[in-house]
Amino acid sequence: MKPFRMFFRSIRDAFKSVFRNFSLSLASISCISITLIIVAVALLVSLNVNNFTKLIKKDVTIVVFVNQKVDDSKLGVVKAKLEQIENIEKIDYKSKEQLKNEMMATSSELDAIMNEYGDSENPLKDTFQVTVKDIEQIEKTASTIKRIEGIDSINYGESWVNKLLSTFKILEKGTIAAVILLILVNVFLIINTIKLTIFSRKREISIMRVVGASNFSIKMPFVIEGMILGFLGSIIPILVIIYGYYGFYQHFDGQLFSPIIKLVEPTPFVYMISLIILAIGIVVGMIGSARAVRKYLKI
Amino acid sequence: MELIRIKNVTKQYKNGVTAVYDLNLKIKKGDFVFFIGGTGCGKSTLIKMLYREEKPTSGEIIVGGLNVARLRDSRVYKLRRKLGIVFQDYRLLPKSTVYENVAFALEVIGAPKEEINKKVLRALKLVGLKGKVRQYPDQLSGGEQQRVAIARAIVNEPKILLCDEPTGNLDPEKSMEIMKVLENINTTLGTTIVMATHDKEIVNTMKKRVVILKEGRLVKDMEKGVYDNEAI
Repeated sequence: MKPFRMFFRSIRDAFKSVFRNFSLSLASISCISITLIIVAVALLVSLNVNNFTKLIKKDVTIVVFVNQKVDDSKLGVVKAKLEQIENIEKIDYKSKEQLKNEMMATSSELDAIMNEYGDSENPLKDTFQVTVKDIEQIEKTASTIKRIEGIDSINYGESWVNKLLSTFKILEKGTIAAVILLILVNVFLIINTIKLTIFSRKREISIMRVVGASNFSIKMPFVIEGMILGFLGSIIPILVIIYGYYGFYQHFDGQLFSPIIKLVEPTPFVYMISLIILAIGIVVGMIGSARAVRKYLKI
Repeated sequence: MELIRIKNVTKQYKNGVTAVYDLNLKIKKGDFVFFIGGTGCGKSTLIKMLYREEKPTSGEIIVGGLNVARLRDSRVYKLRRKLGIVFQDYRLLPKSTVYENVAFALEVIGAPKEEINKKVLRALKLVGLKGKVRQYPDQLSGGEQQRVAIARAIVNEPKILLCDEPTGNLDPEKSMEIMKVLENINTTLGTTIVMATHDKEIVNTMKKRVVILKEGRLVKDMEKGVYDNEAI
């Protein structure tokens, strides 16, 4: 079977030339390694930022205060109206008694103050704690809630939620842009390094052409070689991020500076990133060498 | 039967230099032809056009049934597989052994392993290098390296062997060895040989067909010719 034979020969030749041109291979591999480490770190940072913004968004709740005149029977009507609003994810009800008890439990001073009110004199209001599906729509949802009969007021930290949202938007977009930019730089660097490797083998390519190798069979071993270089080049970055991230995660106990900023759990997160890095390495190696060889195939 | 036909071929390089001017030539199967002439007479350009390293500006070149001028870049390999080509600078792969260098020509066209083994050893035997199979090019003398290159060129059993100054880097003694190898190939395998040279000794000793070129024009075409100083 001629095609298979040529394919296996290409693989064999690719491995051979990786070792026969070892110093050049090493140059390519270390270039790929270094740039992939940078890409990997950028990916880690970007995905962590996305993760913690998502978590914070989840934590934003609208507290709905119900008018004290609304009695238990009408409370059900208010809740039903709340449930009809599309953007609402979850509704937690807390009665004023519950709130009073919770307040009293927090400190002895509050305990003393609140104790002075009997159950019928409770100054607090029944509340619903509402989490929304889409935080971008929180303002609209809040005003809809406000219009429901029997609701006194609502509170969701209007001023800082908006600021937070715009900051997160910039942060998310910025990290994604950084990752894409880094990958592009990486592709460019790797293509050029492989070009150098192949440039030194111009002679070999010209001999292949002289003895009647088709363009495809000239390209094949080089493309496979590029893939091998990409694969070898991604080993170190993968080890670095797996061990590095596990160590980092354990050192900081899964959170950065404060419990608000939670890190993504390492498993399976780092393995996913490893796969991405491996794929980038192999694909970029392949593209790099294919492009570089093409230059020398023109007659 | 004509294996090579060159009809009204002109080659003008991009810088305006005309290397070959309105040339007509026929070469039969089994011929042994010398292209001779001084530096810049167009003999190398002519050989390059035969293996489609250069394209003629006008005219027609038929090599082994293929219209060389009209051959697309991606199809050039079809022509090259019908040819063996030997250069002045050997063009061997320095990091491959003698055996690998010769086998290379068969591997790139996808020949099976047993066939490669058989043909490579036969070719190396024909050029007298059977004992140097495992050596690397830099362990060989210039003459031996050129014989490896010849083995690589004929291993594919081509109908035509093109040689561009194959003895240009060798001393007279080694040059004659190469010529003996080529003559042997010509007579035993029936391969047509076209060789560009400016080595007077060789041409006079071999007594083969001689085509003399001068300033891109064919000035003399002699059976059993000699190196004609005046014509050059």
